[in-house]
Amino acid sequence: MQVSLIKRTWNSLTKASKKRAALASVAALSIATMFVPQATAEELGYPEKEELKFGFIKLTDMAPIAIAYEKGYFEDEGLYVTIEAQANWKVLLNGVIDGSLDGAHMLAGQPLAATMGFGTKAHIITPFSMDLNGNGITVSNEIWKQMKPNIPKMADGRPVHPIKADYLKPVVEKYASEGKPFNMGMVFPVSTHNYELRYWLAAGGIHPGYYAPHKGDVSGQIDAEALLSVTPPPQMPATLEAGTIYGYCVGEPWNQQAVFKGIGVPVITDYEIWKDNPEKVFGITAEFAEKYPNTTIRLTRALIRAAIWLDENNNANRPEAVKILSQSNYVGADYDVIANSMTGTFEYEKGDKRDVPDFNVFFRYNATYPYYSDAIWYLTQMRRWGQIADDKSDDWYFDMAKKVYRPDIYAQAAKSLIKEKLVDPAGFPDFATETGFKPEQKEFIDGVSYDGTKPNAYIDSFKIGLKTGDKI
Amino acid sequence: MTTTTTKVAKMNALQLNNAQFKSILQKATNLVALPLIGIVVFLLLWSMAADRIDTSLGKFPGPSSVVTQASTLYDEHVAEREKATAFYERQEKRNAERVAKDPNYQPKIRKYTGKETFFDQIITSLITVMSGFLLAALIAVPLGIAIGLNKSLNTAVNPIVQLFKPVSPLAWLPLVTMVVSAVYVSPEPVVPKSFLNSMITVTLCCIWPMVINTSVGVASIDKDLVNVSRVLRLPALKHVQKIVLPASVPAIFTGMRLSLGVAWMVLIAAEMLAQNPGLGKFVWDEFQNGSSDSLSRIMTAVIVIGFIGFLLDRVMLQLQRVVSWDKAGAH
Repeated sequence: MQVSLIKRTWNSLTKASKKRAALASVAALSIATMFVPQATAEELGYPEKEELKFGFIKLTDMAPIAIAYEKGYFEDEGLYVTIEAQANWKVLLNGVIDGSLDGAHMLAGQPLAATMGFGTKAHIITPFSMDLNGNGITVSNEIWKQMKPNIPKMADGRPVHPIKADYLKPVVEKYASEGKPFNMGMVFPVSTHNYELRYWLAAGGIHPGYYAPHKGDVSGQIDAEALLSVTPPPQMPATLEAGTIYGYCVGEPWNQQAVFKGIGVPVITDYEIWKDNPEKVFGITAEFAEKYPNTTIRLTRALIRAAIWLDENNNANRPEAVKILSQSNYVGADYDVIANSMTGTFEYEKGDKRDVPDFNVFFRYNATYPYYSDAIWYLTQMRRWGQIADDKSDDWYFDMAKKVYRPDIYAQAAKSLIKEKLVDPAGFPDFATETGFKPEQKEFIDGVSYDGTKPNAYIDSFKIGLKTGDKI
Repeated sequence: MTTTTTKVAKMNALQLNNAQFKSILQKATNLVALPLIGIVVFLLLWSMAADRIDTSLGKFPGPSSVVTQASTLYDEHVAEREKATAFYERQEKRNAERVAKDPNYQPKIRKYTGKETFFDQIITSLITVMSGFLLAALIAVPLGIAIGLNKSLNTAVNPIVQLFKPVSPLAWLPLVTMVVSAVYVSPEPVVPKSFLNSMITVTLCCIWPMVINTSVGVASIDKDLVNVSRVLRLPALKHVQKIVLPASVPAIFTGMRLSLGVAWMVLIAAEMLAQNPGLGKFVWDEFQNGSSDSLSRIMTAVIVIGFIGFLLDRVMLQLQRVVSWDKAGAH
C-alpha cells in the first residue's frame, strides 16, 4: 500500500522536482524503516502544541501545577506553560470550554457535570487526579459559640473529633424557629465542597435541599433546612465576616485564613467526613486530548512528577512548596496560613492545632490515578441531591465515568516515566490488573460504606436524599 | 479664511497672556508652597488614621508601608526579569538539542511564561487605555462633527447618546466578553481576547463625552466663519477641514480630556471584574490573596493609579494647549 502511494505521488511530480524528491524519499524511507517498529509502540513524540495556558483557583491543591512549572517539569516535556488564576469555577470551566485555557485545576464534579450537561455542556476529560482531601468546614464565631456546648469534650477540655453536624442541628432549629434562614457557603453546585457539606449536614440530620434541573431550579434549596449558596473560595472569609453566611465548606487556605483572622472556627476536615476522598482533577477537553495526544501525555507526565515531588520523603518538600504557593501569582496567602495545613497539621479553634498528616495528599495512596469509582461517587451524590433528575442504570454510571476519567492516558504517561527511570514504579498501581474500581470504602462519617460497582444500591442506602424512583 | 482664524486666535491669546501675567508670579509661589503643605498634612492624617483602622488583614497601610511595598514590588520585578533571562537561556539550549536530534525542526522562541510584575501590569493598562481611547476618538470625532453640522442628525442621534452616556462599564462588560469570544475566533490571535474585552469596554464608555463635546463645539462655530466659507463656496470637505476643525479644536480636546479620565477609571474597573491583565487585576488578585501584605500592595496600586491618571490628564492638557487657539478653554 505504501509503495503504491509513493508511485502515485511520484507520477504526479514534475520532472524537475523528481530528482530532489528521489533523494528525499530515499532518506524518508530509510528513516521510516529504522524507526517505525519502536516509534509507534514506545517512543513518545514531541508535543504537538507547546505553548499552553492553564487556569487555577487560588487553593493550595493547585500545587501540582505550580510545582510542575517552578521545578521545570513542564519545560522538561518541551511545554511552555502560562499559569493564570481564575475568578471563579464557572469562569475557569468556560475558559477551558472556549479554548482560552488549554487545561485547568478543576473540581472533580466539573468534568462529569459538563459532560452530562448539568450546567454548560461540553465533553471534558481528566487524565490526572490532583489530590486527596484538603477541604474543611468552618462556622462563624457566633455559630461556634452556640454549637460548642453540645459537643462532648476530652479530658483537657478540647472538643472530641470528628465534630458531627448533630451538634449544629439545635442551632439550625433555633434559627428556623426564629424565622431566620440558615445560610451556608460552598464553592460551586458540582463542587466536592457542596457534596461534602451536604454529606456532613445530612449525616447530622440537617436537610441541605434538593435540585430540580428539569424544572429549572438549580438553586438546590428545595426542602432545605440549611440554605447553601455559591461563593468563590477566596471570598469565603470576607463573606463570612460580613455575616452573609454562617459557615462554609472550602479548600485551603481559606479555613486557616478564618482562624488567623479570628472570624470563624473550622469544625471538621473532609478527611474526617470521608477518609482519603478524591478532590480536584486536571481537566482538558476531549477534543484537546484527541488533537494533541503527545501534549496530553506529556502534561500528565509533568503533573505526576510534581505530585511525587510534593509527597516524597515524607512531605520533606512541603515547606518549599508552601513558599512557592505563597507567591502572589499562585495562592498568595501568608506563608504561615498555607503552612498550617500543608505541613501536616490543622488548626481548628485558635490554639487547637492537631496533627492531620494526610490533610493534603498529592501522590500517596495512588492519589493521582483517576479511579472510575471516584467518578461514580460524585455521580451518586449528584443523583442523591437531584442534580441528576431521573433514575439511571448502573451501566449509565459506569459509561459516564469511563467517558470522563481516562486512566488509559495516565497509564501511558506513568509507564513512559517508569521506562525512562524518572520515577519509581512502586508508587503506581499495577497497570496490568488495575480495574479502576477501589475496593469497598468504609471510612465515612455516617458509617455507610461505598462500593463503586453498585451505584444504585449505594444511593438507596442514605437516610436523607433521593432514592430509586424518587423525582422532585 | 485661515488668516482670519489665526488672527482671532492670536489676539485672544495675547490678551489673555497680558491679563494673566501678574497672577502667574503669584501662582508660582502658590504652586510650590501650598500643595506641599497639603501633601504633608494629608500624609500625617493618613498615617494617623491608618494606625487606628484594624482590619482582619492587619492594620490599614500607612505611607511608610506603601513605600516599603513599592520597593518590594520593584525587587520582585527585577527578580522576575532574571528568571526570564534564565528561561530564555534554557529554551535556547533545548531548541539546540532538538535541532541536533531532529534537523527539520524549526526552532521557535516562545515568550516568557512567568508572572506579570506590577510594572508589567502598569504598561499593559497604559497600552489598553490608549488603544481604547484612540479607537473611541476615531469614531467619536467624525461622528461629533457630523452631528454638529447637521441639526436633524443631531436631533436623531441625541437620544441614543444620552441613553448610553450614563451606562457603567460593568454593565457593558458581560456583553462585550460574550460578543468578543463569539466573533473573534482565530487559532493564532494577534491580540489576546482579554485585551480586546478591556479595550472595547473602554471605548464604549469614553466615546460619549467626545461625541457630545465635538458636536457642541462644531455647532457653536462663529457665524462669521461659516459665512466666510459660504461666500467662498467651499466644498463640504474643505469646509470641514479649513473652518470646522480648526474652530472646534478646543472643544474637541476638552472632550478628549474628559474621555481619557473616564477611560482610565473604566479600565481599572473592567480589568478588575473581567480578570483581564492590568492594574485592576493586580488589585483584585491582591484582594483575593488576603495576605498580610495585600492591603499595602493595594494601597500602593491605588496611589500609582491616581498618579498615572493625573499624568494622563496633564499630558492631554499640554496637548490641548499646543493645538488650540482658544487658551481660555484649557485649564
